[in-house]
Parts: sequence; C-alpha cells; structure tokens
Amino acid sequence: MFYREAGDFKTSYRDDGQTFPIRLDRFGYYAILGVAAMVVPFVINDYWASAVLLPFLIYAIASLGLNILTGYAGQVSLGTGGFMAVGAYAVYKLMTAFPDISILIHILLAGGITAMVGIAFGLPSLRIKGFYLAVATLAAQFFLVWLFNKVPWFYNYSASGQITAPERTVLGWAVTGPAASPAAKYLVCLAFVFLAAWIARNLTRGMIGRKWMAIRDMDIAAEIIGVNPLTAKLSAFGVSSFFVGISGALLFAVYLGAAEVGEAFGINKSFLVLFMVIIGGLGSIFGSFAGAAFMVLMPVLLKNLLVGTLGWPTDLAAYIELMIVGALIIFFLIVEPHGLARLWRLVKEKLRLWPFPH
Amino acid sequence: MMDQLIFSAEVFLNGLMTGVMYSLVALGFVLIFKASGVFNYAQGVLALFAALTLVGIMDGQVPFRHLINAMFGTHLENFGWTVGPVLAILLTAGVMVILAILIEKLVLQHLVGQEPIILFMATIGLAYFLEGLGDVMWGADIKTLDVGLPQGISETIEQVTANWFGYGFFIDRLDIWATIIAALLVAALVAFSQYTKQGRAMRAVADDHQAALSVGISLQFIWIMVWSIAGFVALVAGIMWGTKSGVQFSLSLIALKALPVLMLGGFTSIPGAIVGGLIIGVGEKLFEFWIGPLVGGATENWFAYVLALIFLVFRPQGLFGERIIERV
Repeated sequence: MFYREAGDFKTSYRDDGQTFPIRLDRFGYYAILGVAAMVVPFVINDYWASAVLLPFLIYAIASLGLNILTGYAGQVSLGTGGFMAVGAYAVYKLMTAFPDISILIHILLAGGITAMVGIAFGLPSLRIKGFYLAVATLAAQFFLVWLFNKVPWFYNYSASGQITAPERTVLGWAVTGPAASPAAKYLVCLAFVFLAAWIARNLTRGMIGRKWMAIRDMDIAAEIIGVNPLTAKLSAFGVSSFFVGISGALLFAVYLGAAEVGEAFGINKSFLVLFMVIIGGLGSIFGSFAGAAFMVLMPVLLKNLLVGTLGWPTDLAAYIELMIVGALIIFFLIVEPHGLARLWRLVKEKLRLWPFPH
Repeated sequence: MMDQLIFSAEVFLNGLMTGVMYSLVALGFVLIFKASGVFNYAQGVLALFAALTLVGIMDGQVPFRHLINAMFGTHLENFGWTVGPVLAILLTAGVMVILAILIEKLVLQHLVGQEPIILFMATIGLAYFLEGLGDVMWGADIKTLDVGLPQGISETIEQVTANWFGYGFFIDRLDIWATIIAALLVAALVAFSQYTKQGRAMRAVADDHQAALSVGISLQFIWIMVWSIAGFVALVAGIMWGTKSGVQFSLSLIALKALPVLMLGGFTSIPGAIVGGLIIGVGEKLFEFWIGPLVGGATENWFAYVLALIFLVFRPQGLFGERIIERV
C-alpha cells in the first residue's frame, strides 16, 4: 500500500545495482536530503543544533567508520575514542599551524592522519582476532589519550591543557569558534556526513567491501579464495579511522569548540559509538544513522521526561539512562542482532504486503 | 646506586601486591571464560556492585531509596540497623547468587551458541545495566568500606627491612592480607575445578556446550554456578579494592586493568591470571618508577595494554593459553 515496487522494473544491471533500486526509496532519499539541506538550515536554532542535530551528524560519521571496521570487516575495536582524539588534535594542530588554509581541507587531512594512526594500531589484527583484538585496541585508546594529555606540543603548550578551536570561515561564514551560527555548523557537518555515507556505501558494495565481508565471515576461508588479509584488514582499519578521525575533528572544532582529551575522548566515547553500531545494526549504512539517532535522542528524551516532566533529580535520571542503555544492548543482541536496520527492513516488507498478512 | 636498587626492590614488592589485586579480578574473568566461553566484561562492575551491596547491607540502607523518594516524595534513608561484616558478606553472597540466576535466565539462556564476540558485547551491556542498577539501588556517593581487615603500614616489615638495608620498606598490611586471601581463593578454585564432579562438568561445558549437554550435564546449572562463583570472587575483589580506595565508580575500571592481565596470561588459565597479574603489577610499577619521570608520568594508564599488545603479537594465545587451532 504505502510501499510498493510493483511496476518498478529493471532493464539493466546498472539499474539493478544502484544504491536505491526502488523508486520510492530513491525519491524518499532525495526528499530527506532536500529537506536537510534546504529547509533545516533556515529553521534551525541553537537548542536543536547543539542538543540533537550536530551530535547526530557527527556521531553518524563515527558510527559509519566503526561499522565499516566492525560490521563489515569483523574487527571489533574499542579504540574509537582514541582515534577521535587523533582527529581532534590533528585538526587543532593544522588549524593553528596553517591558519590560511581552509578548515575543510584541515578536517580531511585530520582524517588522513587518523587513518595512518589507525593502520598502525591495526597491524596486530593480522596476528590476533576476536576479543583479543578488541582488548588490544584498548591499548590505542589509553595510550593515545595519555599521549595527548602528557605531550604539551599537542595542545600548543596551553596552560589548561585544553585545546580551543580558533575561528575559521568557509565562504565567509564562521563555522568554528563562538561566532559560528548553528546553520553554518550544521551545513558543514551535513556535507561531511553526506560525503562519508556516499563513500561508505560505494566502498562496501564494491570489491573492497566484498573482501571485508569475506574476512569477517571467515578469514581463513577468505584467504584461500584469494583475499589478501593484510590489505583487507588494514584497508578496513584505514577507512574506518579516516571517518572516525573526521568525526573527532568535527566534534572538537565545530561542535564542542574546546576539549579536554580525557573527558571528551575517553573510553566511554568508544563504547558509545560501539553501542550505536550494535543498536543500529552491524554491517548496515542505514543502521549507522539509526543507531546514532537513537543514542543521541534517547538521553534527550529521557531527560525531558524524567527531569522535565516528573521532576526527578538529574543524577538519578542519568543512572536510569545507563540501565536502559545496557538493557537495550542486551535486548537487541538477543532479539534482533541486526539492530534497528533489520527492524526497518521488516517494516518495509510488511508495508509492501499491507493490508494482506502474507 | 644502592639507594636506587633498594627503592626498586620496594617498588617491585608493591608491584607484586598490586599484581595480586589484579589477579583477583582477572580470576573472575577466567572462571567464566573457562566455563561458558563468555568473556565477561562486567566482572569489574560485578565487583563494584558487590561492594556497594555489602556497604548498603552493613549500613542498613534502604535499597532504591533515591528512586522511591523521587517517585513518591518520601524521605527514606536507612532502616536504622547495622549488620555485622560476616553476616553482611553472607547476605551479599546471596545477592550475587540471585544475580547469577537472573543473568542466566534473562541473558545467557537466549544467547547459547552465539559467537563469542556477541556474548562479549552482551556483557558490556550487562556492565552498563549493573552500573546503573548499583547506583540507583545504593546511591553513587563514595562510600568507605571496613570489614575489619587490618590496614596501614606494616611495622614488622619496616623494622626488619630497616635492620637489613637501613631503609624501611613501606608495605600496606591490607595488601599482605589480600595476597593471603587471594592465594587461598586460588587454591580452593583450582581444587574445585580439578577434583569435584561439578568442576569437571564445568570444564566439559567450557570445551563444548553441545557435547556437554549430550552427556547429561545441565548447562543451566553450570552457568548459574559459575556466575555465582564469579560473583563471589567479585565480592572478594570488591572488598579488597573497596577497603583500599573506597567504594566508588572507579572500582569498575579495575576490570579494564584485568583485561591485559588476561591477555598476557591466556584467557583460559588460572595460573595465567596469577602470573599475568604479577607481571603487569610489577611491570607497570617499575616502568613508572624508571621510565615514568622521563615521559611525564601516569604511564600506568597504558603500560599494561601496550605490554600485552606487544606480547600478543609474538604469542597470540598468551603465556599459558591454549593454542588456537583454526580450520576451515
């Protein structure tokens, strides 16, 4: 009824293989993109930008990155927070060292630097796998946070040990610093999210993505059929860290404005992004967005409900939030290991047949 | 030069003691991993939860008082009684058993046969849930825990070493007691898993769930038993760490320290947990003492991980771990 593909015939492989093979999906996607780019910037206000939209967009990039590594290539990483810190500090150093170059280039370069760091820490994945590797990536997390805390060069010898984003403009609009308007910040993040999702989608359905999935499903078998585990694993680490680095750079420069490494990029950030990936759906681009939206929106809603409506103390609401997050993780792992993305797929299937049950 | 050596010796001894504490937490991991193939990230939070419950019972706190107060506008605080340490420990052990049963019924039962990494992530969820539950139940303020374990500097050792080297070593008496208790606990656990029927059943389950089921071992019972034991080990670890540094959130982070210990020792080996704990404990203290000042200190945060990581690259199964054989 609502969701149909009848009459949507493909006459070429090209049509069949595109990202949104169903016409309704394609138009829906264009519509969402149109609204996001044309309508939202005009109605956005500070609250929506800082509480919902900016974190959603930024975490969506991180979640895409981790999903490539964990969902597509099967390498569990708990070092996401550390890699986000690399992105943040890289963009900070670049911003302060080369003030004349556009911040957009800095952010991309920060992603590149993070990719290299990610590959370095991904090297052990050739020898160890599974949760041994998950624990090994904690080494990256703790070492990087310690490094940025202890070496003053990274925070330009500032007295507080914090890094603060100076004002930088894109086409004359301030996107970082206190003068930046919510719409400008939002549009920059949106551009990077679009880019990231586009790259991720096209990588994962091409040859590289198939290699990653072969490694994920059974690495030894993949090696036998001719997938080079070295390049497959390291490319997954590289691409994943590239996205995570961009998201860290945006989180620091555009969203937070100032950051202290232990607070902003601690181990909790790693888990947060991992939860986004699990709840959203491992191995799904849509899932990365759904998971990020869920993990960003849920605390806001809970806080509004518990603190705003019921008048409970804030700390109690925070603990209940922890419980709900934990319970949801377990719930999703038991009931729907493919996460929200799978639920969405089920809804679509039901809608296709509606009103007939079979 | 002589001074340096003596200082190093003291640091070494203190490292050994810390290592024992790490081993205590790591033991809980190994037990669960051996028996169910579950890598239990929640072990540290279990220790925190046990310590919180112990303090709560000892002080006669009303469970969930903050929640009840917020929901009904009441002002509940304490029941008004206090419970002795021994009884409180027994009661807490009871709570841990109930928790084990609940975890088995609500979580693990539904995840039989899933991949290890899925189980691992489920325990991360469990850790978050328990952390929230512990805070909602007992409040998140820092609590002191005193079950009557001796604390403070050990004068005897200071005296003896002062006579020998002319410099008194500073060793906390609590650490000595922790070492003794840990040794007893390990002996008991090894004996249990080697010489009793349940222990054998436990090892059978660890080897192969399906095969164990088919020879009539109740998976459910074994899992509840193992999680209860792990809860008990968590309680002991919680008592030690809680007495040492207060019952607070950071307690659950020692679990993160236990992970490299396990990677070093091998996930399936009880001796591995002990040796790994000692190596990490001594290693990080000595590294901090020798190299720390050169690089700005606080190397303890990452040394254990990096050491374990480097070690794993050369020996992926850890010191005492079983060799991983993979076939297509």
